[in-house]
Amino acid sequence: MSDFPHTPPRQSWTFSNDVNAEIRRAAATGIYDIRGGGSKRHLPHFDDLLFLGASISRYPLEGYREKCATDVWLGTRFAKKPIHLDIPVTIAGMSFGALSGPAKEALGRGATAAGTSTTTGDGGMTEEERGHSKTLVYQYLPSRYGMNPDDLRRADAIEVVVGQGAKPGGGGMLLGQKISDRVAMMRNLPKGIDQRSACRHPDWTGPDDLEIKIMEIREITDWEKPIYVKIGGARPYYDTALAVKAGADVVVLDGMQGGTAATQDVFIENVGMPILACIPQAVKALHDLGMHRKVQLIVSGGIRSGADVAKAMALGADAVAIGTAALIALGDNDPIYEAEYNKLGTTAGAYDDWHEGKDPAGITTQDPELFKRFDPILGGRRLKNYLKVMTLEAQTIARACGKNHLHNLEPEDLCALTIEAAAMSGVPLAGTNWVPGKSGTF
Amino acid sequence: MQTFDLEAQGLRALNSTLHALKGQTNQTAWEIINPKGAHAIAVGLDAAVDVTVRGSTGYYCGGMNKLATVRIKGSAGPGVAENMMSGTVIIDGDASQYAGATGRGGLLVIKGNASSRCGISMKGIDIVVHGNIGHMSAFMAQSGNLVVLGDAGEALGDSLYEARLFVRGSVKSLGTDCIEKEMRPEHYEILADLLKRGEADGKAKPQEFKRYGSARKLYNFNIDNASSY
Repeated sequence: MSDFPHTPPRQSWTFSNDVNAEIRRAAATGIYDIRGGGSKRHLPHFDDLLFLGASISRYPLEGYREKCATDVWLGTRFAKKPIHLDIPVTIAGMSFGALSGPAKEALGRGATAAGTSTTTGDGGMTEEERGHSKTLVYQYLPSRYGMNPDDLRRADAIEVVVGQGAKPGGGGMLLGQKISDRVAMMRNLPKGIDQRSACRHPDWTGPDDLEIKIMEIREITDWEKPIYVKIGGARPYYDTALAVKAGADVVVLDGMQGGTAATQDVFIENVGMPILACIPQAVKALHDLGMHRKVQLIVSGGIRSGADVAKAMALGADAVAIGTAALIALGDNDPIYEAEYNKLGTTAGAYDDWHEGKDPAGITTQDPELFKRFDPILGGRRLKNYLKVMTLEAQTIARACGKNHLHNLEPEDLCALTIEAAAMSGVPLAGTNWVPGKSGTF
Repeated sequence: MQTFDLEAQGLRALNSTLHALKGQTNQTAWEIINPKGAHAIAVGLDAAVDVTVRGSTGYYCGGMNKLATVRIKGSAGPGVAENMMSGTVIIDGDASQYAGATGRGGLLVIKGNASSRCGISMKGIDIVVHGNIGHMSAFMAQSGNLVVLGDAGEALGDSLYEARLFVRGSVKSLGTDCIEKEMRPEHYEILADLLKRGEADGKAKPQEFKRYGSARKLYNFNIDNASSY
């Protein structure tokens, strides 16, 4: 060994250990990686925005004393029976099939106790979910698994799913190991085979057809139900405008942090845009059409706290939806199962092989022995608590900004911590009046 | 016979009137005049009534039908009888794209030709086409029977599951994982019944058909089949 200084071993940024591990895994198996969840990469997000709070020009409201309302109406444009929710945090669509029946029941219980809605998912409407959800949104998906007019009429709103943030332009696959007798029956397919969810609808293409499809659904349900259109974060300005043109009551916009039950990792991490970049474009489309607040906007993809709720609403959303966070509240990825996560080759917090149906927490599984571990009553209570906390947090921030309703939050209440976040969100970089590409000076 | 003038009375009035016919009703026969290609005619019906449309229809006529018999005395636009649950839809003329898409039950009869993607993603419906069908028909078809007295276009039955396809004429090409299968006695029985109920028993005999179905090679993902996708 020489006494001269030497160059220490240096790992490549481009060929990092993670990258190399994936290359070795692909070489060994010959198949791409499929997983659940949303994008795990670092993305510009709500963490890159801050609220300014009150000052001499804006006076705050007293916490716990002065009212800050949280309710929201959805579907006021055309539906005879619009939805009124106590809080603007809804539960996003997650399928029976991906989730167990008791998990769907817990989502219904928690959402109802907190005064909000839950949403079905690919695979149809279950009795557990309908029975325990005061307000249930029924997804109308390309696969049409479980679709029928009776459930359309039993729903409180209908969500036509065009795309989702984890995979704009992609369908889905429920692998055979999760296809129990019940799942198979609801989807009209044999037990144990992979069930492909189509990437586009079988009986319409394009915005003009969508307009007719929405009209048909309204006719079937006698114009009672709000019709949502869910889009992935791909081209939010144009997709929002086209959804409005097609007759949507509500636009649901899902960024790439939004989860999926099972999709290729390469798709999740490389297609779509973060929700922070999507919201301002959708809001601009609504403003340009004179439809902001007339067609409501629900946004999702990485909503975790009341701060995220408040920031999304300050950017112009009417409500948010949570999926991954709701599962975590139920008990998904809980460290109490660390030993079992280890046996599956992972660790609590990183478990994402939901498609394999081996979830130690008993949530993303169809194995009766595993889902016995999950108590839907306790799970529902945990979800209710979490939703209440998020709402309190959002109210706390709104009061500090002098707002007596969450809907009164506005972009002027925000600043951005990074140039990227300022450019995407359209709010000024902190300490300046500069919005890159728009106005002001650094 | 109740007569409804669609042009004069409007679509909303039509469908709400027909939706009100639940359970016992003595108004079991309806005639719709002046349809003029309107969309969503007689959708979401849920009663054993007989509805005759005097003319051609736009998108989704008879969509999500339950129990009712809908007769179209003309041609039908895209998505006729989509997601039908039960009952019967009979078209005297031709049908556009996606006829019977995702249908779960009942019988769809097309006396003319059907365009592309006839029976796409069908989930239990029976479809009888007296003429020809277009490309990509029965794509991802899950269950039910598609009977074609004429010819089938390209990629018949691509990625299909357990649906049975019976074609009397030529098939331009079969889709991925779709193969010709043996006609066994039970298939002749199914076919004879469908030809009869599809008002085609005087036009063709079961012995003249070939059966197509899934090779079931793509039911579980295998990287060695990647070139098939």
